[in-house]
Amino acid sequence: MGSVGEVTPQQMHFSEPLPLRSGAMLPAYDLVYETYGTLNAQRSNAVLVCHALNASHHVAGTYAGQARSEGWWDNLVGPGKPLDTDRFFVIGVNNPGSCFGSTGPRDLNPATGRAWGADFPVVTVEDWVDAQARLLDALGIGQLAAVIGGSLGGMQALGWTMRHPQRVRHCAAIATAPNLSAQNIAFNEVARRAIVTDPDFHGGHFYAHGVLPRRGLRVARMIGHITYLSDDAMEQKFGRELRAAEFGYTTQDIEFQIESYLRHQGDKFSDYFDANTYLLITRALDYFDPAREHGGDLACAFDAARGCGFLVVSFTTDWRFSPARSREIVKALVDNRIDVSYAEIAAPHGHDAFLLDDERYHRVVRAWFDRVDIG
Amino acid sequence: MSPRRDLEIIASLVPAGARVLDLGCGTGEMLSHLKRTRGCTGYGVEIDDANVHACVQRGIDVLQLNLEDGLALFEDQSFDVVLQLETLQHLRNTERMLRETARIGRIGIVSFPNFAHWPNRLRVATGRMPVTKALPYEWYDTPNIRVGTFADFEVLARKNGLKVTDAFGLQDGEVVRRWPNLLASVAVFRIERG
Repeated sequence: MGSVGEVTPQQMHFSEPLPLRSGAMLPAYDLVYETYGTLNAQRSNAVLVCHALNASHHVAGTYAGQARSEGWWDNLVGPGKPLDTDRFFVIGVNNPGSCFGSTGPRDLNPATGRAWGADFPVVTVEDWVDAQARLLDALGIGQLAAVIGGSLGGMQALGWTMRHPQRVRHCAAIATAPNLSAQNIAFNEVARRAIVTDPDFHGGHFYAHGVLPRRGLRVARMIGHITYLSDDAMEQKFGRELRAAEFGYTTQDIEFQIESYLRHQGDKFSDYFDANTYLLITRALDYFDPAREHGGDLACAFDAARGCGFLVVSFTTDWRFSPARSREIVKALVDNRIDVSYAEIAAPHGHDAFLLDDERYHRVVRAWFDRVDIG
Repeated sequence: MSPRRDLEIIASLVPAGARVLDLGCGTGEMLSHLKRTRGCTGYGVEIDDANVHACVQRGIDVLQLNLEDGLALFEDQSFDVVLQLETLQHLRNTERMLRETARIGRIGIVSFPNFAHWPNRLRVATGRMPVTKALPYEWYDTPNIRVGTFADFEVLARKNGLKVTDAFGLQDGEVVRRWPNLLASVAVFRIERG
C-alpha cells in the first residue's frame, strides 16, 4: 500500500451563477479540487470524495516541500488502499463557502468589491452537491462509479443519490446521520454564539478591521472537538492527568491535560479556519434533512435512489452521529428494497473513528469497493 | 451432517425469485446460493465482524445488527421468506424471535440441532451431556444457550399461533420424515402465521 505521492491542487472557474436552495444565487465562482489515479477510457471509474466540516479537497498525497502535509483521508485513499487509486479515478473538491481555495467568505463580493464576509450566501448540502455535479460536467464525467463521505461528507454522498441518482452507481455513507438531532444543533449553536459574540467578529466583516475573531473560533473548536471523541477515548488519553505535579488552586490557568489539549486544538484551528465559514458549514449541517420535504418520511426521500448500491458504516462509540442514526438510513433503504450493506464497527474513538485507520472498518470498505463495477 | 446437502435441501423450500431475509446469515453462503440458483434477492443479518466482511466480499448485502436488539428495522410482511438457520439456539429471546420471523416474513424457515436425536438421548442416559457433530460443544462452553427438540418446537410454534406447513429432520444430508425427533440431528420447520 502506497501513497499517491506529491499532488497539486487544480482550480476550475464557473462563470454561470449557481442557484442555491435559499433562492439566492452564487455568482461566478471557483472550485479547487485534486484528482488521484487515472480516468479510464469509458470514464466509468470516477469516485467523488466529499469532505466534512474542517477538511478540504486535499484528500490524499502530500504537497512538495511541506512536511506532514498528508491529505485528510490518506489512510483510505491511495494505490492498494481500500479506495484503490490503481483502479479508481478519485476526485476531492473543496465546497463553496469553505476557506481552502474554493470561493468563500474571504473572497470578493463582486456586488460590493469587498470581502463577502457574513454576506456570503447560505449554502446547503444540496447546493454543494450541485456545485460538485458541475465540476464533474467540466471534467467530462457523466456518472460516478461511487460517491463516499464521512460525517457531513456522508450527508453529501447521500444527497447525491437523491438529487442526481442517475449520475451515481454506488454510495458509501460513513459516520453520518439523516439529519441533526436537537443536541447536535445545540452544540452547533453554542459554537456559533462563541464566534458571533467575539468583539473581533464585527458582524462578520472583521477582514475590513484587520482582526480575526480568534477567541470565538477557539471556543467553537473546543466544543466541536469534545463531540468528536468518545468519553472513553478522552478518559484513556487524558484522564484526570495534571500538567503539574500538584493542584495550583487557580481558576484560570491550565490544570488538567485535557484543558491544555483543547486549548491547543482551538489555537491551531483559529490560525487557519475562517469564522464565517464555520458559521456557514454548521448551518449546512443543521439544515440537512432530506425527509423534511416528504413529510418526515425518510424512505420517501430515498425513493429516488433506487438503483444505487449503498454501504453504511457507523462506529459504536460515536455519540455525535450514533449507530442508531445510521440504522435510520439503513431502514429507509431497506424499505425501498435498495441494495445496502451496513457495518457497525466496535471502535473506541468516537466520531473521529471514520478518519482513523481501523482494520475492521477499512477491510469492509475495501471489500465493498472491490465489488464496485467499473465496466 | 452434510452441510452442503443440508443447504440445498433447505434452499429447495424457498420459492424462486423470493425476497429473503437471512437472520444470522454467517458468511452469506445460503443467500449466495439462493441468489445464484433461484434468483432470490434480500439481505443477511449478522453480528460477527469477520462474517460481515465475508458477506461484503462475496457481494451479499449484509446488515450488522444484534438480533437480541429486535428487528424493528423490518416492516411487517416485507419479505417472502425469513430464514433462521442454526440461529435460534444462540438467542436469549427465542420466542420473540420466532414471532418476529412470522411478522416480517410470509414464510419462516427455521433449523436447529435436535436435542432428542437418539445418540444425545443415549449420552444423557449415561449421565453426561452429549458432544456430537450437531452439538459439538461441552456443556460449559457451548454457545447454544437454548437446547430443544423437534417435538418441543412443535409445541412452541402452536403456543405462538404459528402454523407449521412443513417439518422434517436432516441426517447425513438426507431428509428424515419418519420419527425425526429420534432419528435426525437437525430439525427443520417451515412456519406461517396461523
